[in-house]
Amino acid sequence: MATLHSYLLVSGLLFAIGLSGVILRRNIIVVFMCLELMLSAANLTLVAFSRFNGSNGLPDYHGQMMVFFVITVAAAEVAVGLAIIVALYRARQTINTEDLTSMRG
Amino acid sequence: MPLPLFWFFALVMLFGGVAVVALRNPVASALSMVASFVGLSGLFIGLNAFFVGIIQILVYAGAIMVLFIFIIMLLDLKIEEKRAPKLAPLLGGLGIVLGFTIQLIGVLSKTPNADWKPLDLAAASAAHAQSSPGISTKLAEGHLPDVNLIGDILFKGYNLPLQIVGVLLLVATIGVVVLSKRQEA
Repeated sequence: MATLHSYLLVSGLLFAIGLSGVILRRNIIVVFMCLELMLSAANLTLVAFSRFNGSNGLPDYHGQMMVFFVITVAAAEVAVGLAIIVALYRARQTINTEDLTSMRG
Repeated sequence: MPLPLFWFFALVMLFGGVAVVALRNPVASALSMVASFVGLSGLFIGLNAFFVGIIQILVYAGAIMVLFIFIIMLLDLKIEEKRAPKLAPLLGGLGIVLGFTIQLIGVLSKTPNADWKPLDLAAASAAHAQSSPGISTKLAEGHLPDVNLIGDILFKGYNLPLQIVGVLLLVATIGVVVLSKRQEA
């Protein structure tokens, strides 16, 4: 049976993969997908702790409520973020982060 | 969750994640993201979080991935022209990720581990006998009424946050409409 540490390790690795994508990729849509990966990695940690720190013989459902709200907020975030990307593309005709330098000092 | 199943879903999830970062075509990235989330929801279901696992598939693989694909098609992106990758950001990024991973392993080796314990449905049934008899009967029959339990705690314990999240979704919808409207020049 898988222990708590294996779940935490796997979710940490998924977070690291998402982080590497956010840092390395230049396509802003892919950067956004990697942000979603990082959010989901945090969700896996929450669900793992909820299952392994159960009370009364059940998983701790407060952790899963947190996951529920995180997923909802992530959905809202994706909708707004993609709308911003579309507006950005209309204004600049690019979604490459290296070409978006108008706020560079 | 049995170990072979755990590693199967974990590897599906991790390879999907690597493919999101590594593939050049954004559509391929979006589809690998779905593979990653299917593996992740397998892990959720293995952790007895059935509702969260199903929601993960419905929301991410269903709604969010379609939104991503839709935007990629809408923007009609050509394949990214090959740019010479700059060495400094590449090394910096990989260095940060490597440091994070090493630190993660260090922290995990120092924190107490927890072993898998089967759920004690009889004790849970006794605990719910007063407050919610329906859930208690299902638990006594040996089922885990995951959705009932989540609904119970969501509407009894998290009613205000639930309504705030509803307002948040409304605001997000209006915001998207405002953002997507073509500005008059």
